[in-house]
Amino acid sequence: MSEGGIRLILNGEAVTASMAPGGVVLDFLRRERGLRGTKEGCREGDCGACTVLLGERAGSGMRYRAVASCLLPVAELAGRHLVSIEGLDGERLSAIQRAIVEEGATQCGFCTPGLVVALTGFLLTSPGLGEEDAMEAIDGNICRCTGYASIRRAVRRLVDGLELEPGALETRHEALAAAGLLPPLFAGIAARLDALEHAPASADAGGIPVAGGTDLFVVEAARLRKERLRLLSRERRGEPVSEEGNLIVLDAASTMEELRQSPLLEACFPSWRRFLGLHSSTLIRNRATPAGNIAHASPIGDMSVVLLALDARLQIGRDGERARTVALDRFFLGYKETDLAPGELITRILVPRPAPASRFNFEKVSRRQHLDIASVNTAFSCTVEDGAIGTARLSAGGVAPIPLYLAESSAWLSGRPVSVATALGAAERAAAEITPISDVRGSADYKRRLLRRLVLAHFVTCFPGLPQEEIAHAIA
Amino acid sequence: MPSPDAVAHVRARSPFVDDLPEPEGTLHGAVLPSPVAHGRILRLDTAPALAMPGVAAVLTAADVPGENQIGGIVQDEALLAQGEVHHVGQPVALVVAATPRQARAARDLIALEIEELEAVFDPRRAAERGKLIAPARTIACGDVDEAWARCATIVEGRADSGAQEHLYLETQACLAVPEARGRLHLFPATQSPSGVQRITARVLGLQMHDIEVEVQRLGGAFGGKEDQATPWAVMAALAAHRLARPVKIVLGRGEDMRMTGKRHPYSTDFRLGLDGEGRFLAFEATYYQSSGAAADLSTAILQRTLFHATNAYFVPNVRVTGFCCRTNLPPFTAFRGFGGPQAMFVMESAIAAAAERLGRPARELQELNLLRENDPLPYGMRVRRANARRSFAEAVERFGLGRRLREIEEHNAASPLLKRGLALMPVCFGISFTNASLNQAGALVHIYTDGSVSLSTAAVEMGQGVATKIRRIAAGALGISERRIRVESTSTSRVANMSPTAASTATDLNGMAALLACRMLASRLRTSAAELLDVRAEDLELRGERVLLSGEVTDLGWNELVAATWKRRVDLTAHAFYSTPNLHFDPEEGRGRPFAYHVFGTAMVEATVDLLRGTATVDAVHVVHDAGRSLDPLVDRGQAEGGIVQGLGWMTMEDLVHAEDGRLLSDSLATYKIPDLHFTPTALEVVFLEDAANPAAVLQTKAIGEPPFMYGIGAFFAIRNAICAARPLAVDRFVAPLTNERILGMLDGKREEQGARSEE
Ligand SMILES: Cc1cc2nc3c(=O)[nH]c(=O)nc-3n(C[C@H](O)[C@H](O)[C@H](O)COP(=O)(O)OP(=O)(O)OC[C@H]3O[C@@H](n4cnc5c(N)ncnc54)[C@H](O)[C@@H]3O)c2cc1C
Ligand code: FES
Ligand code: FES
Repeated sequence: MSEGGIRLILNGEAVTASMAPGGVVLDFLRRERGLRGTKEGCREGDCGACTVLLGERAGSGMRYRAVASCLLPVAELAGRHLVSIEGLDGERLSAIQRAIVEEGATQCGFCTPGLVVALTGFLLTSPGLGEEDAMEAIDGNICRCTGYASIRRAVRRLVDGLELEPGALETRHEALAAAGLLPPLFAGIAARLDALEHAPASADAGGIPVAGGTDLFVVEAARLRKERLRLLSRERRGEPVSEEGNLIVLDAASTMEELRQSPLLEACFPSWRRFLGLHSSTLIRNRATPAGNIAHASPIGDMSVVLLALDARLQIGRDGERARTVALDRFFLGYKETDLAPGELITRILVPRPAPASRFNFEKVSRRQHLDIASVNTAFSCTVEDGAIGTARLSAGGVAPIPLYLAESSAWLSGRPVSVATALGAAERAAAEITPISDVRGSADYKRRLLRRLVLAHFVTCFPGLPQEEIAHAIA
Repeated sequence: MPSPDAVAHVRARSPFVDDLPEPEGTLHGAVLPSPVAHGRILRLDTAPALAMPGVAAVLTAADVPGENQIGGIVQDEALLAQGEVHHVGQPVALVVAATPRQARAARDLIALEIEELEAVFDPRRAAERGKLIAPARTIACGDVDEAWARCATIVEGRADSGAQEHLYLETQACLAVPEARGRLHLFPATQSPSGVQRITARVLGLQMHDIEVEVQRLGGAFGGKEDQATPWAVMAALAAHRLARPVKIVLGRGEDMRMTGKRHPYSTDFRLGLDGEGRFLAFEATYYQSSGAAADLSTAILQRTLFHATNAYFVPNVRVTGFCCRTNLPPFTAFRGFGGPQAMFVMESAIAAAAERLGRPARELQELNLLRENDPLPYGMRVRRANARRSFAEAVERFGLGRRLREIEEHNAASPLLKRGLALMPVCFGISFTNASLNQAGALVHIYTDGSVSLSTAAVEMGQGVATKIRRIAAGALGISERRIRVESTSTSRVANMSPTAASTATDLNGMAALLACRMLASRLRTSAAELLDVRAEDLELRGERVLLSGEVTDLGWNELVAATWKRRVDLTAHAFYSTPNLHFDPEEGRGRPFAYHVFGTAMVEATVDLLRGTATVDAVHVVHDAGRSLDPLVDRGQAEGGIVQGLGWMTMEDLVHAEDGRLLSDSLATYKIPDLHFTPTALEVVFLEDAANPAAVLQTKAIGEPPFMYGIGAFFAIRNAICAARPLAVDRFVAPLTNERILGMLDGKREEQGARSEE
């Protein structure tokens, strides 16, 4: 880290952060800068009251993301454009602000600044500019007062009034500033960032690896404040998703939202966008990475479970050393214990391209359908040959100390006919292969029964021709 | 004119307590909670905390100069534990340090040894052991015992509803600033400024005039900052008083969730008797309210439960009894509806049980038994302007019940794995504090010589739009633009002895007081104008910022009139007082007229259950609601929608999970889920009943805060009906919330899933 602290542009002004680089941006704004429009509702990424925009140079322009400032380390600000609500508040109300006022979409007002920022994030980053795009962009913003109906009306008013062609994302900020939808400070920001003198944000090899920080800063923000960090977001080399021969290659440090938006993945795995939309919220996916999900080794990690069924392999390396490759189903060794040696990093995730006649499905049941951790999640992939299952892979989370590849059930399935009997057999075997525990997300018994149901759901979804009445009868 | 609050909110220029500029030298407090549910304190050693950097003081019960007692209705709650602890999260000590981080670090070093005693979490068990906060209360009418013999059908069962976390987005907070001459200025996030003032004085051994409590706004409250805001404010005051330094306490989310009280869980036995046609003849219920470790508002909440036992129905013979059961949990407290929702859930459960027994749709029984004009409620009050039947009929008609039912039937026949269900939810909710004394309010209005107006009342703005409404009332009464009126913060120095902003009454009471004060001023101004124009005051009117003579505009405008009136040495300040007339209730007799009026409405709720995954979605909520003559439809619609969605949350996903030792496991937003925008049905429509003027409240309006919450109860029965479309359910067991776990249990025919968790 440079001597003089971290240099960034905060709203319109070049500033230096003097806080510890491991502290979080929410505290930087509220305490160091005295900007108290950004609110603290949870400090866990779960409410969106602290939403800010983080802008970085991209191509000829800028790339912005709405992120939770309570989970964002100050170190990430180096050389970036940080926009808080104060930077979006001009002399006259913006179209976003007006829509909220006119539709009464603010009551107590505590969630409102975060909402304004998140909606600005929508304008800046959403490929589509329709009502549902906007609602998706604010799905990490919790409001206890309004019941969201007025928020939806405000969003409708906003998008109906937009006279804007979606256009290229890199220059969207310029177009928005020109249209008066963003304050003038956004115009020319790329050049100002280029001119900002700042030490390169550290690739501090000895520091704690932080990818999105959406697990780390929830669990151990206090410890991290004093630590050196290694920001993996600064070490990205390639595209988030690429192809190499028969493999789809995911950059380990790509964000979940980038993966969700990938046309290649959507083409390979139908409903991919919907499945990844079940992971957290836009706000969190804008930071969270697949490698973080895997390395954190949470038994319930959505991405781990998806990738287990897709037979993914991890490339693991140490600086300057040749990478080794490990199959994901051999990576998890025990509760929060993995095959990673100290100093090793996951660099790439390799997913075999699906065979032509294959199926894939992901199921997740949580207390709340979105922005929640699963009670049980499970993924299933298989090939189909002549009405029979070829190779099959079934995985499940929340049912064992690790994200579980259900090896026996998977093996049992291969070669079986596509039938209700097979589905029921797989459900029974899967339920026998797991060791769930009772916790706040459900009793062990519930999780076992739930997994059974979700295995059936895989079959119902993957094989729409199966007679649903029979399944209904079987579960009655 | 757009609400100035809304404009400030979107610009983030609405400071909440934690956003207020901290005076130089402000210290920060962190509270040490009890880690056990019930026990005797053996050792409390604060020395290690005191030795930490930045720590200014560690305060315990021994440091309280006055009474260590914060109980409101019943004096049974210590500010800081003394001798014993009665729930996990009970405050034991307060660490005050230079930064919040230092305070928390030091707090974690306090040595606290507790000998654990047996704890009780189940209200029925507490009742068995005689652990009651107050003697049982009963309301009865007719002759229930005699009526059973005449019933053609009798259903019995048990209905349990769960606790609910308020989850106001702004956590509990207070900034306490010592001022000159021994005065303390408190800025707490409270619904009850006078309550904080009174109890701070008691705890500190000061007089109430030594303490000013001022509230600008709350970041949500919903009842959770009525009594529950007091301890943190008093602790901040105590530290500020002892140290002569400003002190701020802001609870972290987890602290807030673990330490503060929530909506009361209830476990209730019910019995409903019907005649051959389905008319309700008799209803009996015994409510076991889990009150928590201290009384808080529990007795008042139980009273409201009893008042709402029969919801919107006429039942001639009723006997309902309630127990406030002392359990070792944080004191349960006010939450939107204040015991009403718990009562209505039981009544609707009883109706569902009867309907399932009779093989008739519940809506038929509901409709048949809805209140009519002049029907008496079990406590003797007769309903006037009863809009129960009107709103029900209009909901049925306007939202096409018949068509929807047909669609659902067709869908269910064709879809083996997804079943839909529909339920109607009528609501009749009484308005007024059930403690009649609280139905009073004051307003203080100044007109300055430049024609601008300053308006203070006892109402606290918390997003419910009370400031907007009162501004509108005042502008109308003075005949001026709303822009001229500033609604001030709520301060105990401007309005004394305030009732809390609660019970949906803020606009009714404070709006009326403001109206009276403005009318006094208007009358003085008219007198002065009459002299200036040399006409009769009776012929004058203030409108559009001008004086009108017999309806015609004169040359005299507001500014000139105000200036001239001042010159004539007329008082441009008015204070007015309002108390709701004709309220009385005898709790011993269980009879009286506790409410100024009732609010009515009907919701039609639709849901889909995924039989395979054991999950449910609420598809649509359509409501006809009686809002009186709405002063501000934007505000009222927002209140209705927000309340409905909270009610949906209470009935579905909001589930407080405790460990066996009483620790709260769902203590974060990650584990306690409230509705998000995906959950909320896109089809959420509230239609206000037309021609529903209400002479019993200010300008023909009706209170709006609480009643819509109860429409959410319809979700429980819509989901239940969807499940019933697939398989029969036990008719004597109703347990909310209907979490996914419970739904799958019901689908799997697990009877215990319909039983209460608290049975364990
Ligand atoms: C509000 C909220 C909602 C969430 N919802 C979900 C959800 O629905 N489903 C779900 O599965 N998870 C969820 N999570 C958890 C979390 O977002 C995911 O697990 C996420 O993918 C973690 O990625 P990250 O990049 O943020 O990890 P980080 O927090 O940056 O890192 C996690 C761990 O992985 C290590 N690490 C990171 N990258 C690498 C690497 N390349 N090589 C080696 N080690 C590495 C870090 O050192 C750390 O130990 C949620 C979190 C929040 C805050
Ligand atoms: S404070 Fe809730 S998401 Fe950051
Ligand atoms: S307006 Fe209060 S939380 Fe959204």
